[in-house]
Amino acid sequence: MALLKSSKIISTVRVHPPLGALSIRASSWWSEVQMGPPDPILGVSEAYKRDTNPKKMNLGVGAYRDDQGKPYVLSCVRKAEAQIAAKKLDKEYLAIGGLGDFTKACAKLALGDNNEVIKSGRNITVQTISGTGSLRIGANFLSRFHTEARDVYLPKPSWGNHTPIFRDAGMQLKAYTYYDPKTCGFDFQGALNDISKIPEKSIIMLHACAHNPTGVDPRPEQWKEIANLVKKRNLLVFFDMAYQGFASGDIDRDAWAVRYFIEQGHNIVLSQSFAKNMGLYGERVGGFTVVCKDAEEAKRVESQLKILIRPIYSNPPMNGARIAATILNTPDLYKEWLGEVHGMANRIITMRELLVANLKKEGSTQNWQHVIDQIGMFCFTGLKPEQVARLTKEFSVYMTKDGRISMAGVTSGNVGYLAQGIHAVTK
Amino acid sequence: MPASRHFCQKVPQATPVAVFKLSNDFKEDPNPMKVNLGVGAYRTDEGQPWVLPVVKKVEKLIVADNRLNHEYLPILGLPEFRSSASKIALGEDSPAIQENRVGAVQCLGGTGALKMGAEFLRRWYNGNDNMKTPVYVSAPTWENHNSVFANAGFEDVRPYKYWDAEKRGLDLAGFLGDLETAPKHSIFVLHACAHNPTGTDPTHMEWTQVAEVMKRRKLFVFFDSAYQGFASGCLDKDAWAVRYFVTQGFEMFCAQSFSKNFGLYNERVGNLTIVARDADNVRRVLSQMEKIVRVTWSNPPSQGARLVAITLNTAELFAEWKDNVKTMADRVLLMRASLQAKLQALGTPGTWDHITQQIGMFSFTGLNPKQVEYMIKERSIYLMASGRINMCGLTTKNIDYVAKSIHETVVNVQ
Repeated sequence: MALLKSSKIISTVRVHPPLGALSIRASSWWSEVQMGPPDPILGVSEAYKRDTNPKKMNLGVGAYRDDQGKPYVLSCVRKAEAQIAAKKLDKEYLAIGGLGDFTKACAKLALGDNNEVIKSGRNITVQTISGTGSLRIGANFLSRFHTEARDVYLPKPSWGNHTPIFRDAGMQLKAYTYYDPKTCGFDFQGALNDISKIPEKSIIMLHACAHNPTGVDPRPEQWKEIANLVKKRNLLVFFDMAYQGFASGDIDRDAWAVRYFIEQGHNIVLSQSFAKNMGLYGERVGGFTVVCKDAEEAKRVESQLKILIRPIYSNPPMNGARIAATILNTPDLYKEWLGEVHGMANRIITMRELLVANLKKEGSTQNWQHVIDQIGMFCFTGLKPEQVARLTKEFSVYMTKDGRISMAGVTSGNVGYLAQGIHAVTK
Repeated sequence: MPASRHFCQKVPQATPVAVFKLSNDFKEDPNPMKVNLGVGAYRTDEGQPWVLPVVKKVEKLIVADNRLNHEYLPILGLPEFRSSASKIALGEDSPAIQENRVGAVQCLGGTGALKMGAEFLRRWYNGNDNMKTPVYVSAPTWENHNSVFANAGFEDVRPYKYWDAEKRGLDLAGFLGDLETAPKHSIFVLHACAHNPTGTDPTHMEWTQVAEVMKRRKLFVFFDSAYQGFASGCLDKDAWAVRYFVTQGFEMFCAQSFSKNFGLYNERVGNLTIVARDADNVRRVLSQMEKIVRVTWSNPPSQGARLVAITLNTAELFAEWKDNVKTMADRVLLMRASLQAKLQALGTPGTWDHITQQIGMFSFTGLNPKQVEYMIKERSIYLMASGRINMCGLTTKNIDYVAKSIHETVVNVQ
């Protein structure tokens, strides 16, 4: 059994206690525990909360907001909740792998209704603690069983939490070129070059759609070439799909890459989150799928996933999975959901257009086309850390220091102010 | 050939977790007399799961409240849940709380709380990333204790003497002996009350002896509190040991579960309460807990914590909850008394006082593996190979059958 290779997730900044406290501190088990730095993403929200500027904007964490800047509870979610409440269900433990009605529907959503993988039973899909929990189970599974290679190749850049998750699970992180800062777009050739050099049997992480943080996705023809190259290199594909439906507004379109890879014979592993596309953030709804050779292999893999899950949290939470399952399995709720996801994606697209229009109005001469070309919740503005710092300090606009903004936090009410701020720090 | 085809090929079939296999076998048994005394969940006298009336009430409140949404909780969880949950364990007037040296992490059930505590200890206790610190779990203990600590990286998880099979009680001398010989700074996982699986708790006097040795030998106190309220029916009584250790000045962890006492099994509601020397230590500990949470589940689920927080923080609901808890505990006590009386009346060989002396959901009957097998195969009464039964599986309707079956088993099978 592979032991977890630990990583010290500590700050190098040592907090010195006031002198008088030293003697007390010395008698604690925790004297040497250092103060950890705030989370680079979630810490942004916390800083935002402390700010008293009435014009402040939180463009940090990717949580959808309506055009009034308020959290949005989907109507299909409220309906599902009412249906569930009426059923008077018990609260007995779920199976380790989660709610069957949810996991089946979760797999279908990603792979398509009539997918051969599902029909032949050669996938195992377990319910996880949203996307993070899914990635973690996946990382633990690969760490224990994928002994061929310890290396996970992430796109450059990737979601900030990918690295610590895999590292904590004992994997090694490497990167392949992805984002082109010159064009604020996809560096297709750069990616192909790097991928062609990845040692065989390594693991490659691909964002299925709405790449986080850049919003830059490959086009279908580019995906095809990537799939081909990955096959040539004999790499294990780990898809992270946290935004299905959110990117283009179309569920099937956003899952196209995942389905294409499977069609091409890649037995992928896949993480899914329902935090954004169903607005179930705090309910922690996700899935982890391993596409296996056949049903027998899937059974073996399932038994090992259970062994991994049990010592972390025993079995997953019911509430969110029940809501998601109800929506996915009830035709009119499902239809309503598709409409609402489409609506959310559309509002974001509109905000992108408005932001660019306002920047032009401010007199910006920079090229902001990438704001419209990028897709999904996030926009990689191209702002440098110093510009980001100014935007935060002078305008109370909160974002991560890589220049990523969550378009979901932009409204028709504040887009003008945002344009002002961005123009001010970039002119 | 894609890489994945190779690597999954080698993945072996794992053996199923015993307690779930038992439940499965029970499900498939066609015998109408069958009784499930396996998995630890409360059942009513009709043998049904019980959603607490107060839970139903609060759920309605939550669904009706349009101000509530599904946004992310903070990494460490819902603040009003964390503080009220810690108060439940330590007592409202706990000196540690008044001195501002208590912190908490909302976790996924008791398991999640143990996990977070274990991960933190492995990184930060007894040197950095010290996987060699021995972790002691009781013999016997909840089987997942071993896995939680081993998976957190601890290389040396060992038993401490606890259950005396001969006298069917606590092996105090053995327990104290292991405390005396454990390497300094060893971690000890203590069951706060209603020991799982034996139902045998130390007396107050015995706890003071345990505490004395642990303090003197600088051993780490990690309480597992999964049954507060469930054991005696009284929250404060069941928290006596935890609170005593606080008065003795220990820095400690207490993993709390609200699965049983709130009946919220599948909502995964747990809390890791941290008692430290002072507020500064708490602050630093919590900041590092955040890092661990972030790479495991990012932030915890909202529903269950909200439910518990509303209940604990609203006077009438809190009173109703305590009442619901007492209902469950009382039924268990009734079944204990009933079973013991019936076995005595039948003249079943051996002594059966341990049934009423033991406390909480479980009882270590003393039946040996052969006898257990007989109970399952011949009587369709499902219990763990250790002889552990879940008292909640007993009802006024099946208790005669179970008593007679135990009698027959003990008489016919040695």
